[in-house]
Amino acid sequence: MKPARKQRLILIGLMVLGASLATAFALKSFNDNLMYFFPPTDVVEGKAPKDALFRLGGMVIKGSVERPDKGMMVRFKLTDFNKEVTVEYTGILPDLFREGQGIVAHGRLNAQGVFIAEEVLAKHDENYMPPEIKATLKNPANPPAGQAQ
Amino acid sequence: MFLVPDLVVRFFHRMASPPHFYAFSERLMPWLVVIFMLLAVTGLYGGLYLAPPDYQQGDSYRIIYIHVPSAWMSLFIYVVMAIAGAIGLIWRIKLAEIVMISSASVGASFTFIALVTGSLWGKPMWGTWWVWDARLTSELILLFLYLGIIGLYGAIDDKRTASKAVAILALVGVVNIPIIHYSVEWWNTLHQGPTVAKMDKPSIHVSMLTPLLLMALAFKVYYAIALILQARVELLQRERNSQWVKTKAVEEGGL
Repeated sequence: MKPARKQRLILIGLMVLGASLATAFALKSFNDNLMYFFPPTDVVEGKAPKDALFRLGGMVIKGSVERPDKGMMVRFKLTDFNKEVTVEYTGILPDLFREGQGIVAHGRLNAQGVFIAEEVLAKHDENYMPPEIKATLKNPANPPAGQAQ
Repeated sequence: MFLVPDLVVRFFHRMASPPHFYAFSERLMPWLVVIFMLLAVTGLYGGLYLAPPDYQQGDSYRIIYIHVPSAWMSLFIYVVMAIAGAIGLIWRIKLAEIVMISSASVGASFTFIALVTGSLWGKPMWGTWWVWDARLTSELILLFLYLGIIGLYGAIDDKRTASKAVAILALVGVVNIPIIHYSVEWWNTLHQGPTVAKMDKPSIHVSMLTPLLLMALAFKVYYAIALILQARVELLQRERNSQWVKTKAVEEGGL
C-alpha cells in the first residue's frame, strides 16, 4: 500500500474510533435517561421518581387482573420476577394486553405505593408462532414439532 | 488485499473502470429483475397466504414481511455506503463514490418504510403510533443521517469534493449502526428484542421464518437493482465529457 493511502486509512480508522469513543461515553452518562421504563424492583426500592410521571414496565401477573367496581377501572399487578407493583388504570387497554404479557404503563405513584397509570402500552415479545404450536407448548408432553433450528 | 484470490482482485479492478461497469451492469440487469420477481412473489405468497396467523397477533404480524426486511436493509445499506465511502477516500476510486451516493436514497427509502410500517403496527399492538424509546429514536436518527448525506451531496457543486465530505459524514454516522442493533438489549425499550438475529435458535416458527428470509433476499436484490440504475445515471452525468460516454451516445443515436 502506498504511504499516502496508508496514511488516509489510519486517519479514517482514528476518526471512526474517536467518534465511537465519544458516543460510548455520551451514552454511558445518559444511560438512565435512555431507559424507556423502570422495572418494579427499582420502584419498590425507591429508585423511581417520587411525585413525577415515569414509566413502569413489567409482566402482568396471571390472575391479578380485576375490575373492582365493574367499570372501566382495571387493577393488576406487574412483576419483573423479583418484586411486584400494583397498577390502576382507567381507559381502553391495547389489543395485546393480557395476563402474562409484558406492558409499559405511564403514570405516577400515589401515597399508598399504587401506580396510577395514565397510559398503558403493550410490549410485544419476540416470539412468533402459529396457534397450534402455542397449544402444544402449553402441554409439555408434546414437544413442539417443526420449530426452527 | 493479501488474502483475496487474484481472480476477485482482478474482477474489482475491472469493475472500478466506468465503461466496463456500465456495460457489465447492462447485461446483469435482466437477471437481477428476474431473481427479484421470483423471490418477491414466493416470499409474499408464503408470507401473506401460506404462513399461519400468529397465536397472539393474528394476521397483524404479517407486516413483519415488509417491516423487518426494510429495517435490515436500512442498516445494511448504511454499512455498504460507509465502506464505499472509505474506499473512495483512501483509494480515490470514482466508482466507489458513485456506489456510496447512489445507495443513500435507497437506504433512506427503506428506513422510511421501516418507520412507517412499524408505526402502523404499533398503533393496534402497542397502543401508540410512536414512542421515544432507544430503538425508534436511533432508527429516526438513521433517517436523518441519510437525508443529511443526500442534502450535503447536493449542496456541493464539485462532485469529487462532495463525495469526500459525504464519505466523512457517512463514516462518523456508522457509530449509530451498532446502537440501533443493540438498543433493544442495552436499554429497556418498548420495541421487542431480536427474533431472528440471535445466538440461539430464532423465536419464530419455521413456516413464518422462511417467507421472511425470502423477502429479505428479495429486498437485497431490489437494492442491487435500484443501486445500479442510480449509479448508471450518476456515472453518465459525471463522465459526460469523457470519450467513452460520447462514443456511447453516438452509437445509441442519442445525439
